[in-house]
Amino acid sequence: MSSVLFDVAGPRTRARHRLYSVVATVALLALVGAVVWRMYNTGQFAYELWEPFVTPDFIVVLLVDGLLRTLQMAFVSIILALAFGVLFGIGKLSDHALVRWPCWLVVEFFRAVPLLLLIIFIFFTFGVGDGFGPYWSVVLGLTLYNGSVLAEVFRAGIQAVPRGQGEAAYAVGMRKTQVMNLVLMPQGVKIMLPAIISQCVVALKDTSLGYYIFAPGLTFVGKQIYGEFGNQFQTAIVLATMYIATNLVLTWLATLAQRRFVGERKPLAVPMVGQTGGA
Amino acid sequence: MDDVFTRFDLVLEAFWLTIQLLVFSGVASLVGGTVLAAMRVGPVAVLARLGALYVSVIRNTPLLIVFIFVFIAAPTLDLLVQTPFVVKGVIALSVYTSAFVCEAIRSGVNSVPLGQAEAARAMGLTFGQTMSQVILPQSFRAVVPPLASVLIALAKNTSVAAAFGLIEATARMRFFTNNNAGDLPLIFITFAIGYIILVEVMSAGAFGLERRWRAAR
Repeated sequence: MSSVLFDVAGPRTRARHRLYSVVATVALLALVGAVVWRMYNTGQFAYELWEPFVTPDFIVVLLVDGLLRTLQMAFVSIILALAFGVLFGIGKLSDHALVRWPCWLVVEFFRAVPLLLLIIFIFFTFGVGDGFGPYWSVVLGLTLYNGSVLAEVFRAGIQAVPRGQGEAAYAVGMRKTQVMNLVLMPQGVKIMLPAIISQCVVALKDTSLGYYIFAPGLTFVGKQIYGEFGNQFQTAIVLATMYIATNLVLTWLATLAQRRFVGERKPLAVPMVGQTGGA
Repeated sequence: MDDVFTRFDLVLEAFWLTIQLLVFSGVASLVGGTVLAAMRVGPVAVLARLGALYVSVIRNTPLLIVFIFVFIAAPTLDLLVQTPFVVKGVIALSVYTSAFVCEAIRSGVNSVPLGQAEAARAMGLTFGQTMSQVILPQSFRAVVPPLASVLIALAKNTSVAAAFGLIEATARMRFFTNNNAGDLPLIFITFAIGYIILVEVMSAGAFGLERRWRAAR
């Protein structure tokens, strides 16, 4: 292992590192052992607790009512959020202060408010009773939040297109709309794509917040399963695994898109976008 | 009607809990994230792998699932049974945020130009000296903006604790809306402004630090 931070290790350093490795491995194994021992002691390996996850009916419920609904929710809200983002992103770039300021205010507001607070507000104002229900409350909340984030991505993406491009387009006599649609957007979208996909990961993770208002999705199905079988620990492990697997696929797609469309250029840096720790 | 304003003390109390969650889990995850980052850039392969695994697992798990592990799954293993809810909330938030802090710090270390480390090594500085005298002082600067984003996200993430019986700001809003269904928008705006103040204070702080530490180039 070579790095500019330290020399290629000599025999004594190598021995020391080997000692560290052994100590770390032993500590890790001890930790895993302790968890397994704890699980064994509290009877977590009992077949009945794991049974739902090897029963075809429950697997279907988990996949269809859980994963599919979650993906659907994330997908619908990302599509809507893209529309919202384009609208407000362009609004923030507008030449007219009367358009720019309201757009800025809306975007900043929804970016600063916690998503759960927003979802709860939407659900108890428009969703309950004759309203549109928990599903659309979550979708609407996700749309407003991710839309605002994407508006920021959009603005940054358009501004990342070299200035000369826009200037040249104006010079050959294009109108504002033409410059945006024919010159800036096609190039900007390529730059934005990885950021957009990593925002999809965030949206997918955030669908789990529907748990609070009993919206359908993985966490809801999980709650029903552990409510019936009392296997909280096993359910949590299964849910986490499903989320992780889905997100890894999305992340892989993002790297693919990055390599295919953006090349070696640095990915777009926008504060508070993508995986900076959104719920 | 004007419940939010007559019982404004409840609003402040709720935001005080939010701030406590934010500060405690912020400090814990800064420590945790730094340790993880050190593991990831350090020379011991096992620790580097372990750090990478932790980060990629946690980053792809929703915070709500982490909360389910701490609040609902752990007691079935006889763990954290007597622990106060606030401590559990801090544990869940710190476990989650550490991974993001680690990534922010690591990207800061990586943003220091290679030539700096090479020059330090060429002068005969050891690993410890290179890190403490050359790399880290420079990476602190680069780390401020991403770290601020992570901590702002943490401030918003404290709201997830509302789903697990902690009466912080979001749960308190739910309480008010239950009693006064009529003026939901007013209640929502009140609490939203509270969060916005929190976020703006943090980003102003980050901006100030960034400006103070900016190097003359």
